[in-house]
Amino acid sequence: MHIIKLISKNMLRHKLRTLLTISGIAIAVVSFGLLRTVVTAWYAGVDASSANRLITRHSVSFIFPLPLAYRDRISKLDGVDKVTYANWFGGVYVDKKQFFARLAVDAETFFDVYPEYVLPKGELETFKRERNSCIVGEQLVQRYGFKIGDVIPIDGDIYPGKWEFVIRGIYKPRDKTSDPSNMLVQWQYLEERLKEEMPARAGYVGWYIVQIHDPNNSGIISSQIDQQFKNSPAETKSETEKAFQQSFMASVSSIITAMDVMSFVIIGIILLVLGNTMVMSARERIREYAVLKTLGFSSFHLIGLIGGESLTIAIAGGSIGILLAYPMIDGFAAVLPKGWFPIFNLEPITLVLASISALLVGILAAIFPIQRATSTKIVDGLRQVG
Amino acid sequence: MSIVNVKNVFKSYWRDSMEIPVLRNISIEVPEGEFLGLMGPSGSGKTTLLNLIAGIDQPTKGSIVVAGTDVAKLNESQLAKWRAQNVGFVFQFYNLLPVLTAFENVELPLLLSKLSKKERKEHVEFALKVVGLEDRIKHYPKQLSGGQEQRVAIARAIVTDPTLLIADEPTGDLDKTSAEEILKLLVQLNTDFKKTIVMVTHDPRAAERAHTIKHLDKGELT
Repeated sequence: MHIIKLISKNMLRHKLRTLLTISGIAIAVVSFGLLRTVVTAWYAGVDASSANRLITRHSVSFIFPLPLAYRDRISKLDGVDKVTYANWFGGVYVDKKQFFARLAVDAETFFDVYPEYVLPKGELETFKRERNSCIVGEQLVQRYGFKIGDVIPIDGDIYPGKWEFVIRGIYKPRDKTSDPSNMLVQWQYLEERLKEEMPARAGYVGWYIVQIHDPNNSGIISSQIDQQFKNSPAETKSETEKAFQQSFMASVSSIITAMDVMSFVIIGIILLVLGNTMVMSARERIREYAVLKTLGFSSFHLIGLIGGESLTIAIAGGSIGILLAYPMIDGFAAVLPKGWFPIFNLEPITLVLASISALLVGILAAIFPIQRATSTKIVDGLRQVG
Repeated sequence: MSIVNVKNVFKSYWRDSMEIPVLRNISIEVPEGEFLGLMGPSGSGKTTLLNLIAGIDQPTKGSIVVAGTDVAKLNESQLAKWRAQNVGFVFQFYNLLPVLTAFENVELPLLLSKLSKKERKEHVEFALKVVGLEDRIKHYPKQLSGGQEQRVAIARAIVTDPTLLIADEPTGDLDKTSAEEILKLLVQLNTDFKKTIVMVTHDPRAAERAHTIKHLDKGELT
């Protein structure tokens, strides 16, 4: 028999209590994983931001367009490599519940500025050539069964009318953080229709995406862009792509913060659950610890016994929790309205955090029982009634 | 040659700021191979004296030399090692670990030694044979009678072949028949295996088995 066997025998002394504690930890780890996944999904756009991209929009609001003429003036600035632009196209596909981002983009430059959207060269050429073509992300293909050549009918709202786009390409996200659920249509096609049907709205873009050479100059270039259009009818606000993405989340930031805090409160709950079990166990066994000390077992042995038991329970609960988190998160993603979170995965950092938390909880929960067991004098321990 | 030499020992406990003397100027010698009985009324200090000799408590004043070591001068970890090598304990309430079998309970002190698994097995089986429980090695404490539990406790006490056997009311929780068996066993260990035994007891029949009886009253030898 070894100390490890004694640890396992102690663990199984109150099977129901141990089982409930492990279950409690597992449930807490699943909840932690789920909350962290929601938080990371919310921040996915921010995480996917490139350091060398600036966004220039109307200084009043994102919904006000900017003249297309700004493009050339921005392009001429030092440190600017390339400029592309986009409009929020909106519209309804089938019904309003079928939500996914629909953007009108400059076919010539968009994919140069967004290399994380990987598109076969032939498909890109076709997209550039055919006015009513569109590119869809692979997640939309999985969700709707789209294939190249299919026509996607859109009922326009921001740009009224019936629109039909032919799928000419399917892009794959290069990174896990890149959004795989966009539908990209030709800005030029939109522009032509606007010239015909609503000429007053033609010649404008929603925002510019400015690719800069050195991310360290983002502040200077942003100021230079905004300075150029100061006192014009359409003043601009330029910022890094990350700041732009974060501004979108300002309205829900308190909810995200609350979820963030809750995920760590859960760690505290695990600590209390396991701490309670370990304190109860140690209190019941204080006489046995005294006997062990009498037989010659040292404080280090008791630390090993109590700490080992606490860690084993924490690791068991943590491991079960992590294993259960995968199907739970998949299930959660399945019941979420489509398009809410294009990226909804259990991130490695969440796994690392959950594992470290479980280990820390195992160690922390053992501290008080260890302190009590080692500091109780043998003679006092032997008098204790279990 | 004395194996235990207690010289001018005082022991007090403190309750708040009040000193409660438990032992007053105790001196006692126990020769090797002795079977000493310590008797006295409740609160006389006999268990405290036993604990001091066994190295599980420290005197307030005085020296306690056991098997050539002044146990009053050892720190906690040194005492733990010393106890593992020199002292075997038999408690009134057996104090077996309920999650371990008789074999595993007896094996516990040997986990601190450098013996191999095979050697440990041989020692444990021998100890259980000495106490007559070789057929109960896989039994858990709750599957044993009180007398059998105490015999397992004695096997655990002797398995390391200690210099000194300490017994605190070893028959205090047993019926007459079981108590008689345990006393016979202690006598056998003393005579056949030459174990030095210091036993605290209330029971005059138990005390009769000892070679020498010392009486304590209000912390003093009488």
